[in-house]
Amino acid sequence: MQVKLAVEAIPLSKKRKSWIRTIQKYKVMYALLLPALIYFAVFKYIPMAGILIAFKNYNLALGVWDSPWVGFKNFTDFMNGVYFWDIMKNTIVISLYKLLFGFSAPILLALLLNEVHTQWFKKIVQTITYLPHFLSWVIVYGLMVALLAPGDGLFNMILKESGFQPISFLTEPAWGRLLVIASEIWKDIGWGAILYLAALAGIDPSLYEAARMDGASKWRQLWHITLPGIRGVIILMLILKLSHILDAGFDQIFMFANTFNQEKIDIIDTWVYREGLERLKIGLATAVGLFKAVIGFVLVLAANKLAKKFDGQIW
Amino acid sequence: MIHLTIGEKVWQSVVYVILIFLSLLCLLPFLYVVAVSVTPESEVLRRGIVIIPESFTFLAYKEVFISHGIWQAYKITLFRTIIGTALNVFFTVIAAYPLSKKYLPGRSPFLLFIVFTMMFSGGLIPTYLLIRSLGLLNSPWVLIIPNLISAFNLVIIKGFFEQLPGEIEESARVDGASELQSLWRIILPLSLPVISTISLFYAVGHWNSYFDAIVYINDSNFMPLQVVLRNILLNVATQSAESLANSGAVSTFAVQMATVVVTTVPILIVYPFLQKHFTKGVLLGSVKG
Repeated sequence: MQVKLAVEAIPLSKKRKSWIRTIQKYKVMYALLLPALIYFAVFKYIPMAGILIAFKNYNLALGVWDSPWVGFKNFTDFMNGVYFWDIMKNTIVISLYKLLFGFSAPILLALLLNEVHTQWFKKIVQTITYLPHFLSWVIVYGLMVALLAPGDGLFNMILKESGFQPISFLTEPAWGRLLVIASEIWKDIGWGAILYLAALAGIDPSLYEAARMDGASKWRQLWHITLPGIRGVIILMLILKLSHILDAGFDQIFMFANTFNQEKIDIIDTWVYREGLERLKIGLATAVGLFKAVIGFVLVLAANKLAKKFDGQIW
Repeated sequence: MIHLTIGEKVWQSVVYVILIFLSLLCLLPFLYVVAVSVTPESEVLRRGIVIIPESFTFLAYKEVFISHGIWQAYKITLFRTIIGTALNVFFTVIAAYPLSKKYLPGRSPFLLFIVFTMMFSGGLIPTYLLIRSLGLLNSPWVLIIPNLISAFNLVIIKGFFEQLPGEIEESARVDGASELQSLWRIILPLSLPVISTISLFYAVGHWNSYFDAIVYINDSNFMPLQVVLRNILLNVATQSAESLANSGAVSTFAVQMATVVVTTVPILIVYPFLQKHFTKGVLLGSVKG
């Protein structure tokens, strides 16, 4: 309180002088920080200002400022468009499936690994299951071509040799979502398990010994010791994942989608790319991007608030 | 551990079997890709499914290296990964250092300014228009400059700097070291584990990303490896695998698989060295991201 009064009492010119003095005193620090501030201002905040385009009928020749305003027309066009429900549904359904299966798979792997007491075996399994995480989606798609391609893919060769009709997995809409979700699990199961393994390692082993003395079965030990032991991490990860429910995985879907299976796996992000950059419906695509960004922002804030109640906030 | 009951022994074996199965599931696709890429077309026609080839040919690889601009793509990817990562790490570290100082006036508004970009963004189209008006389209620098600093990595490094004991740096300052000297001589050596982790995150990101090149680059001379692989897999390359394969003894499929191998091998080679650091990294990032 006193400090504040003292600051207010200083005349304006002096205040400015102290401001300059602060900068001089920490000039090296501010100089180190400056490139980052410029970077974020230019590459993150200028595009945020570009959101104006969402409310304009953007014309390449006129530019952002001189294009005519259209209010919320782009948004209403989007909501009323025939594609709206399709891409919303695809985005949310794929995201939810990924949440359901992609989230539980690493926990299961961690629980299984936790049962293994042969260190070298555990290490080898971990090393192998992390590996796919480091591959790009292009490479993962390449592996899927190897297994699933209509002519020479391994599965189709097996199908043919056993007298079945080959299936074009990569273009059949019915297979689209399954491939997207299965490949996501395949790619990240080992990586996702790391955190849970660390949490499992933190559980006091004497709890298990005591439980075994009391004759608790494996199942009861899992239920009463293991799961409560990693509950915090599970809840935190779940909350974090929920905040990205509209991010169904752009890099992946962009690679997997083709004109045939698009109806089942086209998501908001891929749609924005096509409409905006391929069909040049700039205003509309920007509006859809903004729609997604706003929902994402609200979800992240909500998730952070929820996470605070558990294991500390996210940032 | 010492005395297992029969039930526990059965359970243990089930666990081992599942884990072995999972590991095979992760490995087998690679083995199949390699097998296909080195099997001569004639053997495929004769035997059908080839998991272990009887004879080898490197014709598919020859095709890939002769005519797909793979070398040029490798150059671009190496440029992007090496120069990009170096710049990423440099700019991230020099920004994280002042932000880790609680006494620095304006620290929290600057931090908020940066962290906010993790939660909200202008989206693809406004970013594209910005890049276009900066004249970065069709330049290899577009693969580096727009991704100069990851706010997430910045926050991780900042967090690490904060929990270093302040006394060491203070005593250096008393001895007359400047801020830059104490960053270079004291903070950096102490932070090597986290900095190498972050470098690896950046490097793998550069190696694997393909979408920015697709959006911002038309010139096929500047296409990174992942984009070339993508084109070959989707058969949209100007000199598609098919036209090559028509020339003789290798199938389109073999050429595609050879390209997958060529793109994957560098990751497989460095992977054992990276793995240790990455494990640390994911834990680090999760504790206080």
